[in-house]
Amino acid sequence: MSSAPAIELVGISKRFGPVAANRDVSLSVAAGSIHGIVGENGAGKSTLMSILYGFYEADAGEIRIAGAPRRIRSSADAIAAGIGMVHQHFMLVETLSVVENVVLGAEGGAFLKGGIGKARGALAKLSQDYGLAIDPDAIVGELSVGLQQRVEILKALYRGAEILILDEPTAVLTPAEADQLFALLRALKAQGKTVILITHKLREIMDVTDRVSVMRRGEMVAHVATAETSPPALAEAMVGRRVLLRVEKEPRERGAPVLEAVGLSCRDGRGTETLKDVNLTLHAGEIVGIAGVAGNGQSELLEVLAGLIQPSRGVVRLGGQILAAADRHPARLRDLGLMHIPEDRHRSGLVTAFSAAENAILGYQHDPAFGSGPLLSPARIEAHAREAFAAYDVRPPDPALKTAKFSGGNQQKIVLAREIERGPKVLLVGQPTRGVDIGAIEFIHRRLVALRDAGVAILLVSVELEEVMALSDRIIAMCGGRITGERVAEAADERDLGLLMAGVTDEAA
Amino acid sequence: MSAAPVELPRWADIALVPLVSVIAALLVAGLVVVGIGENPLEATALLLRGALGSAEGIGFTLYYATNFIFTGLAVAVAFHAGLFNIGGEGQATVAGIAMAIVCLALPMLPGFLAVPFAILGAAAGGALWAFIPGWLQARRGSHVVITTIMLNFVAATLIVYLLREVIGKPGSMQPETPDFPAGAILTPMHQLLAPLGLKLPASPLNSAFFLALMALVAVWLLIWRTRLGYAIRTVGANPRAAAYAGISPAAVTMVAMAISGALAGGLAVNEALGVQHRLVLDFTAGYGFVGIAVALMGRGHPAGVGLAALLFGVLYQGGAELSFDKPAITRDMVVVIGGVLVLFAGALDGLFRRLVASVLGMGRAS
Repeated sequence: MSSAPAIELVGISKRFGPVAANRDVSLSVAAGSIHGIVGENGAGKSTLMSILYGFYEADAGEIRIAGAPRRIRSSADAIAAGIGMVHQHFMLVETLSVVENVVLGAEGGAFLKGGIGKARGALAKLSQDYGLAIDPDAIVGELSVGLQQRVEILKALYRGAEILILDEPTAVLTPAEADQLFALLRALKAQGKTVILITHKLREIMDVTDRVSVMRRGEMVAHVATAETSPPALAEAMVGRRVLLRVEKEPRERGAPVLEAVGLSCRDGRGTETLKDVNLTLHAGEIVGIAGVAGNGQSELLEVLAGLIQPSRGVVRLGGQILAAADRHPARLRDLGLMHIPEDRHRSGLVTAFSAAENAILGYQHDPAFGSGPLLSPARIEAHAREAFAAYDVRPPDPALKTAKFSGGNQQKIVLAREIERGPKVLLVGQPTRGVDIGAIEFIHRRLVALRDAGVAILLVSVELEEVMALSDRIIAMCGGRITGERVAEAADERDLGLLMAGVTDEAA
Repeated sequence: MSAAPVELPRWADIALVPLVSVIAALLVAGLVVVGIGENPLEATALLLRGALGSAEGIGFTLYYATNFIFTGLAVAVAFHAGLFNIGGEGQATVAGIAMAIVCLALPMLPGFLAVPFAILGAAAGGALWAFIPGWLQARRGSHVVITTIMLNFVAATLIVYLLREVIGKPGSMQPETPDFPAGAILTPMHQLLAPLGLKLPASPLNSAFFLALMALVAVWLLIWRTRLGYAIRTVGANPRAAAYAGISPAAVTMVAMAISGALAGGLAVNEALGVQHRLVLDFTAGYGFVGIAVALMGRGHPAGVGLAALLFGVLYQGGAELSFDKPAITRDMVVVIGGVLVLFAGALDGLFRRLVASVLGMGRAS
């Protein structure tokens, strides 16, 4: 192994208009190591990696691969330099098979047959080398998210990547899948490959990396050996101040039942039952967390309760009243005091093409406060947003800025402010901190606990088991659309909940 | 920060990129003119003089622009709801039929009532014809692109039947209605402005032009200043977010299509009520399709639509004069120029966005 670092970035700077995304960033990644890069959303990690992968060209600075300076002006240059990238959102053709996806862009001639044959052989060898069991003829769209990610990794390895960049790879994985991924990364390292892991989850950094670099506001603020640091120290470096990683919460007597679901069942478009006979009671002043691996009915439960999809059976009572079909509509439920922070803010919680001020009234566009008659008043909408953004520390506090330009945490704060400020009786919360930086997580958690203390009934769905355990008063586990068990939060432990989430019910145990 | 499409400052997006596109289109069109052995500079001068060099020319240019404003706005409103309404021709046709029926059925109405009724009739006819595909998409999942273009053919056949068998002029060999009552027509511009001491030569320009300008403002108000416009834009940008917000994408689809069709009806108002004073076959003459180009070029914004409509008005009027002066350059050439313009301003827009972005970026760095 050569002594030169696999990658050296020297003095990289990149501006987007007035924003300095990267300022004089230097980074050295030793060959055959796993190097973590952490930083809040918008700290410049993705920009830096995009420069390394040829999506952008740096305004200044130099890239050296294995000691030699290289210009990387396109992803083709990056691939030629032995760099492979696994994006957060996979770049796969879902209707094609694994092997077809792997040769995509490297077909090796006008006719597919030769390239596919070669790829099949190479894939078999790669699978063996790294213990990546995968059927080359499976259709990618039918694979689990974890397996799709393996296809992405295989794709990069097939093209001869010596350096693998993974951008937030665990954001879409279950805890078990994440563990498998880390095992794979260690195997890659054992074979002499270099891995760059971009993440905001400090536990992953501590688990798997050798060294870690911290970015804040476009600059590198620390390079340390993982063994010599700790999560609180990293968090402090990322945010620039001390952060509370634990949620502080006083015990509280819960109030009267507010929301009750009785015998809820639901079918999706294909007729598959996604919710099976779900019974649930939510009291004032408590947080009930739903623990479950993604895709086990939690999303459907939220959507049924929010009036976005209709149940095939069962009733919902809000404040003691059974909701008629006409009441099970998002606009009507908002009027009744049931607010909803959706799981995916990009897909349904926000219109990213709108200004932040416009998004701050989404769902409340009929409120007389925002205009007169059929007209909306831009001045009033802006004033409202300015006030809400100040109260919720949305940065930048610019109501006219396009929502897509805010970081994930600040987008989430816009949603949070919108749904909380009207004093909900019931709050449905889906993945409140997905893609949100540490500083904002702390803020969001504190707000949710304050709401509970003020007597709001909160239903929390999150794929982060830690989050569910930290915030909830009661935890309900779901598996296959069914409720498999319930625990008081203090008495719950991860192993026990893990069994419930896997479908091992109390009765069976 | 992601490798998203190129982001430009607003002014560049609205003004600079279309301008670069138009210049590129004119250069390519110039090459074609050279190809047929004419001098492109001379041709451009003739075209501009024909369109803008005389009061009469300007009158014609604005008359054409009136048509393009209506059809361009029709496409733009549907665009904001995420719908591609390419049925402006058919909607204007049915609008014309409805308007003719109103005009001919109510001969006793005084002018100040007949004209508003006729305009409302046109709007209702166009709205109905566009509501049908809106309903089909919202409730039955049939795509509006398919249904609107199919309904163009239905409307084209319907008007032939009606003009021949039902509302046609008795005894006439032409497929046309009798003349509308004298009260039920729009005032030509040269008559309208005469009391102000302005002596204008006769042109087809009429008071429908003011209606078009009002429509520009009204559409801007609708889209950016009303709750309905907010709902339309939400559905267009993110239907799931609309459903989450309690906005029904199905209802908005139907409403937006109806508004779009009503705007296309403005074409019938300008042509039949303003110029021909009767309904003739094929009065839509492809203006409905050009409206798609106008809306694309104008980026769906009323200000852009107005400018693009003016540009196409110049091309139509100047082109007609040009082919008169230079027989080698036929009206088909003008169609070619228009086509190149659409290609560059609509389809190849991304080409120049990158160029403009890099030029602006360099300007900032130095």
